[in-house]
Amino acid sequence: MNLHLTDEQQMIQAMAREFAGQHIKPIAAEIDRDARFPHETVKRMGELGLLGIAVPEQWGGSGADTVCYVLALEEIARACASHAVVMSVNNSLYCEPVLKYGTDAQRRRFLTPVASGHALGCFALTEPEAGSDARNQHTLARRDGDDWVLTGRKLFISTGREASFALVFAQTDQAKAHRGITAFVVEKGTRGFSVSRTEDKLGIRASDTAELVFEECRVPDAHRLGPEGMGFKIALSTLDGGRVGIAAQAVGIAAGAYERAVAYARERKAFGVPIGEHQMVQWMLADMTTAIDGARLLTLRAATLKDAGRPFTREAAMAKLFAAEMAMKVTTDAVQVHGGYGFIKDYEVERYFRDAKITAIYEGTSQIQKLVIAREVLGA
Amino acid sequence: MAGAFWCVVEDDRKGMPKKVMAEVLGEAARLGGPVEALWLTDKASEDGLKQLGGWGATKVWLLENAGLAPYRGEVWVPPVAELAAKESPKAILAPVTSRQREFMARLAAKLGVGLAADSVALARDGDKLVATRPVYAGKLLSKVTWAKAPYLATLRPNVFKPADAQAGKSAAVERPSLTIPPPQMKLVERREEVSTGLPELTEAEIVLSGGRGMKGPENYVILEELGGIIGAAVGASRAAVDAGWRPHRFQIGQTGRTISPKLYMGFGVSGAIQHLAGMRTSKVIVAVNKDAEAPIFKIADYGIVGDLFEVVPELTKEFKRLLEK
Amino acid sequence: MKILVAIKQVPDTATAVKVGSDSKQIDTTGITWIVSPYDEFAVEEALRIKEKRGQGEVVAVTVGPDRAKEALRSTLAMGCDRAIHVNDAALTGADTLTTARALAAVVKQEAPQLVLTGRQAIDDDMGAVGAQLAEVLGWPCASWIMEETVDADAKTVRVGRQVEGGLEIFELPLPAVLSAQKGLNEPRYPTLKGIMGAKKKEIKDLKAADLGLGALTPELSITTLEALPARPPGRIIQGETKDAVKELVRALREDAKAI
Repeated sequence: MNLHLTDEQQMIQAMAREFAGQHIKPIAAEIDRDARFPHETVKRMGELGLLGIAVPEQWGGSGADTVCYVLALEEIARACASHAVVMSVNNSLYCEPVLKYGTDAQRRRFLTPVASGHALGCFALTEPEAGSDARNQHTLARRDGDDWVLTGRKLFISTGREASFALVFAQTDQAKAHRGITAFVVEKGTRGFSVSRTEDKLGIRASDTAELVFEECRVPDAHRLGPEGMGFKIALSTLDGGRVGIAAQAVGIAAGAYERAVAYARERKAFGVPIGEHQMVQWMLADMTTAIDGARLLTLRAATLKDAGRPFTREAAMAKLFAAEMAMKVTTDAVQVHGGYGFIKDYEVERYFRDAKITAIYEGTSQIQKLVIAREVLGA
Repeated sequence: MAGAFWCVVEDDRKGMPKKVMAEVLGEAARLGGPVEALWLTDKASEDGLKQLGGWGATKVWLLENAGLAPYRGEVWVPPVAELAAKESPKAILAPVTSRQREFMARLAAKLGVGLAADSVALARDGDKLVATRPVYAGKLLSKVTWAKAPYLATLRPNVFKPADAQAGKSAAVERPSLTIPPPQMKLVERREEVSTGLPELTEAEIVLSGGRGMKGPENYVILEELGGIIGAAVGASRAAVDAGWRPHRFQIGQTGRTISPKLYMGFGVSGAIQHLAGMRTSKVIVAVNKDAEAPIFKIADYGIVGDLFEVVPELTKEFKRLLEK
Repeated sequence: MKILVAIKQVPDTATAVKVGSDSKQIDTTGITWIVSPYDEFAVEEALRIKEKRGQGEVVAVTVGPDRAKEALRSTLAMGCDRAIHVNDAALTGADTLTTARALAAVVKQEAPQLVLTGRQAIDDDMGAVGAQLAEVLGWPCASWIMEETVDADAKTVRVGRQVEGGLEIFELPLPAVLSAQKGLNEPRYPTLKGIMGAKKKEIKDLKAADLGLGALTPELSITTLEALPARPPGRIIQGETKDAVKELVRALREDAKAI
């Protein structure tokens, strides 16, 4: 077993840390308060190659791997969870399936601009009645000559408003239930495709979460990703990779809150000494850092398996489950270490607390992760 | 040990040595002398030569030639190396200024000897000299010594005790005949900075520094007003410079200017390591910051935990009152 | 146009630095190493010159131990074309003049038209190597440059040198040595592609003998390295602003005699 990062991995981590510290951290509080999408910094992330990390250079990506991806994502999340979700969606939920299932012509057209950061992508699976029960797709795609005509609504789509390309799942054969789901790439500006609303959220407020509406939206068959009926499989395998990213995001959020707690424990005095000298605070910090490292190792294991081309469904679910629950606990404790100051916005730790919650919800709730793990265990 | 202490003159480009030369000449005397000045200029003045004598130079080696201004390394180094070969000085000292810094490095290379740049102390060790220099962002002090003479060192301004000016003492002026090579570099123009009317940051005895707590570029006027009253330069922290509130030339710290004034007063400066690297050798440090936990309080001699926007006007008022007395 | 950039690997400013057991060098355990920030300005400027001209080669060079290779690799990730690592135990703790002589030997082998370096390395803060390299080579040099333009046929360079009270604009014939001051540019971050590609770029290892360097006796040596003596504890002046300010001014005049 080798726990050492390669030179490249270390350099990518260092670069992401420095960029996040210099350019993202200073604006994180403001964009959270104003729920403002950070176009400038997202553009720079694209230029640095952070939006298509594991995509080969040939398709506009950086030609790195999943380990690099989670290392960088953690660093970005440590500064701002909203930036991290944009990065995660673009890399895991859009670039990866288009790379894996797209034809060369599709990769050229739909992947290259997104992997190189010139445009953003999103992943439109969730519907008002298809959340954890993702099979229950009501969006329909009807064949009409060489085209498909999409009708339906997609809910809670991260980067839905900002994305130029949406990977949309729709029912092409209702009789076949989830085996009748097909994936399509729909471009922004296509007639019949609109964004009807964006959500006002508890956390990751600077990212946009939108409702997408398809009304008789006509897309050519050339936009179909993978064979007809393959959609649900594409969605599930995409989510396996996505979960590794969300686990990294959760680790980054926890690590950011923890760092603030440590700094505060050194500075803040109570009963004549820094609170970090009180055993109760020491215990909390020790628990926090141990939990963060545990989650980080689970995340890196899942990423390593994925890079090696080995099955990682179970490991990805474990990483996400553990990291998300850990992030909620660690950020709660980080607020606690800050006492009353943790509850006010000046100290920023409350933002980490709010941002942590989503990691236990999207790309499969913690409950769904347990289902996935149990199924793998029981071979069901 | 034989040989003199040469002190390379930094002048105001108008024929007068700068005040910092009193420190360099004073240190040369303290080390035992003989104290001699070495002045490269396009135009020296009688008053300037008298001034060097008053500060303790017994002799001035005067190299006066139109080609010597502006400073260019390739013009300055050869005649001085030629003279040094002839006269075998024991040491050559210069204050840390933009041109001396480069000139002394080049001269050391030409003479094949060591250079102790930015020294804050010099001491005799028998026939040898030992220089003390802050290193690693001022976190450590390094003592260095030379393999052979002449010992070349640059001296940080405001650190060494200046010679007391003695009227009536004068220096013998020697005008050696030396070859001044033609310059390779051509001066196109000199772009003067808009003068603040306040002293130059690296030369000032009092420096006021404004950090992130200044909240914006428009507020530096309150520091400038105070600076005007007490004759202080106004600098800034990296945070304030990076925010675009002050031009880079006002930055104090590791990637800015290193200063060592008699009195440093930081307002809304947190005291990041980068900043401390540039001011921690100041004699007296005053910190004013709202945040009682700001690291700068750890090195401050006097601190006020409070709002700089209340403290600065009070300071201005108090000093005005004292000056009127 | 070929540009050589001389860099140095130094401890990160934020790293705690302790004196080593020999009291001459630092204890390097646990230190985070970085490319000295001023050298990054030099690398950035070299890359910009190359990009502006649409052709050329940027070669990074350092004198340092094995670990210094990481620093070279980060310059390759930023975009330098290749690197040279002068790595010889005989050069450990070399003084500025020895370093300048080693670099001069590299310059003679490589024959660049321009050498860029930082105004100083932020470890020993000597700020002498650039100027000494120029002297050894017999080239003109400009230190602490804030701006730079190489003319179209790479015969001269126009630079703005920071001096007290302003900028002196000089025109230098090439080849020349320039040292970078902060404000010259904003160094880029290495892109992921740059980082991934750095491994494929060449880092040439050289020993002192490869450079024809004879006996390496330092002209300046460190006798001791010690921690900065702690400042005496300071005094927080309490009370209403008005009274605190009065007391501060009194203390500065009467106790500290600072004003």
